[in-house]
Amino acid sequence: MATGSVLDDRWYTAEHEWIAADGTVGVTDHAQDALGDVVFLELPEVGRHVERGAVFGVVESVKSVSDLFSPVTGTVAAVNKAVKDQPELVNQDPYGRGWLVRIDTDDQLQAGGHLLDAAGYRELPT
Amino acid sequence: MEQGGSASARGLATPLTAWHEAAGARMAEFGGYWMPIEYERIMEEHRRVRSSVGMFDVSHMAEFLVEGAGADAFVDQLVTNWPSRLAEGQALYTPMCRPDGGTQDDLLVYRRGPGRYLLVTNAGNRAADRDWMKQQAAGADPPVALSDVSDAMGLIAVQGPGAVDAVEALAGAPVADIGYYHFREGVPVAGVPALVSRTGYTGEDGFELYLPHEGTLSVWEALARQGVKPVGLGARDTLRLEARLPLYGHELALDISPLEAALGSFVKWEKPGGFLGREALAAQKQAGSRRRLVGLRASGGIPRAGYAVTRVGQPEAGVVTSGTHSPTLEVPIAMALVPRAWGIKVGEEVSVEVRGRQVPAMVVKLPFYRRA
Repeated sequence: MATGSVLDDRWYTAEHEWIAADGTVGVTDHAQDALGDVVFLELPEVGRHVERGAVFGVVESVKSVSDLFSPVTGTVAAVNKAVKDQPELVNQDPYGRGWLVRIDTDDQLQAGGHLLDAAGYRELPT
Repeated sequence: MEQGGSASARGLATPLTAWHEAAGARMAEFGGYWMPIEYERIMEEHRRVRSSVGMFDVSHMAEFLVEGAGADAFVDQLVTNWPSRLAEGQALYTPMCRPDGGTQDDLLVYRRGPGRYLLVTNAGNRAADRDWMKQQAAGADPPVALSDVSDAMGLIAVQGPGAVDAVEALAGAPVADIGYYHFREGVPVAGVPALVSRTGYTGEDGFELYLPHEGTLSVWEALARQGVKPVGLGARDTLRLEARLPLYGHELALDISPLEAALGSFVKWEKPGGFLGREALAAQKQAGSRRRLVGLRASGGIPRAGYAVTRVGQPEAGVVTSGTHSPTLEVPIAMALVPRAWGIKVGEEVSVEVRGRQVPAMVVKLPFYRRA
């Protein structure tokens, strides 16, 4: 089961990203704990097209390099500049100040297909 | 994401594996053993060793005894450094080379007495080292007895500016007077007879405590009661990298010579009778080794082991051997093997290819960190 806190007001991927109703995307509490100290992020530019299930960026901890997978198809509308300068925000506040990008999407945000709701994510075998 | 599981399913257990799992450490296989990578966070554990003290379970390391009338000549032949010249109670670091100059392993050699040595090698090379040394010892005259005592021993490293006080508080005899790269045997630590060695792999002061397997847990627990916190292999790697200490399989390997790894000071050309790899190394020294190890400080990306290093106007590329985000300097650092033909100097710029992007890096002096 996914460890750490899981919030009810958003959707999740099996790769441990979350997306909120306004298209804001980040990684879950479980993901930040598993990664360890996040020290570097590679994020797309505003305006870039991203594909559901495809890699849109990279998160590096002291020990590891991990791909970030987009929960939806759309266009990057905003990038969190604060987290580029302070990657530790991902560890400190993964659902808040540690957000990564906001994506404009026409995808339906609902459980089923590529996305899980909070209950589904909590049950995810890891 | 790791799942729970018995140590036997994931690798060999040390005397402390169950303790690490109970403490909630993130575990992974390393050198055939199921080892703790981090207990809390690598950065915090790293900084604790730099500022106060931490303890590491390094019981996975392999230990061999070399004894007999032929032991002095044998170890001098086996490694590039000069063990027979050590005083009793003194230790040294040395590469161990193949005849072609490639590195079989790097190790510590302890001179325990006339014709009595303890050799400490890397866990992942244990079987290969045993085979290699047996092969070299065969037919030695006078004879040499070689025994693998790894399973009978535990090893705890206590490192950091507070390490001497922490060990002294538990020792039944003074230890603060043991000099750097010296050791004392039979010192009771928390009542367990230990070989107390003033050595380490972090760039800090400290001790390595060689213990009987069955006494290792009680020493670890006594240190924990003293307030010494455990540190995983994750921080051990970042600590050793900042201190430019080589890691076998990265800065040293069967196809990397000690000269290429800038460890020439551990190669004793003047040693009578020579040593394995001497001819090949001498030829390398004469011609200049093809590659040399440099330190890099990058910006805008973290160079990782295996990434290509390039220089403007140079067709041949180099390669990163180890790289990470430095917890002390808070910048990406790396060691890399680059062509000697580049003639590169400290302060000059290279590029590291990070996932298809060219990230600038500057050649810097090694080590990245030296204790005050």
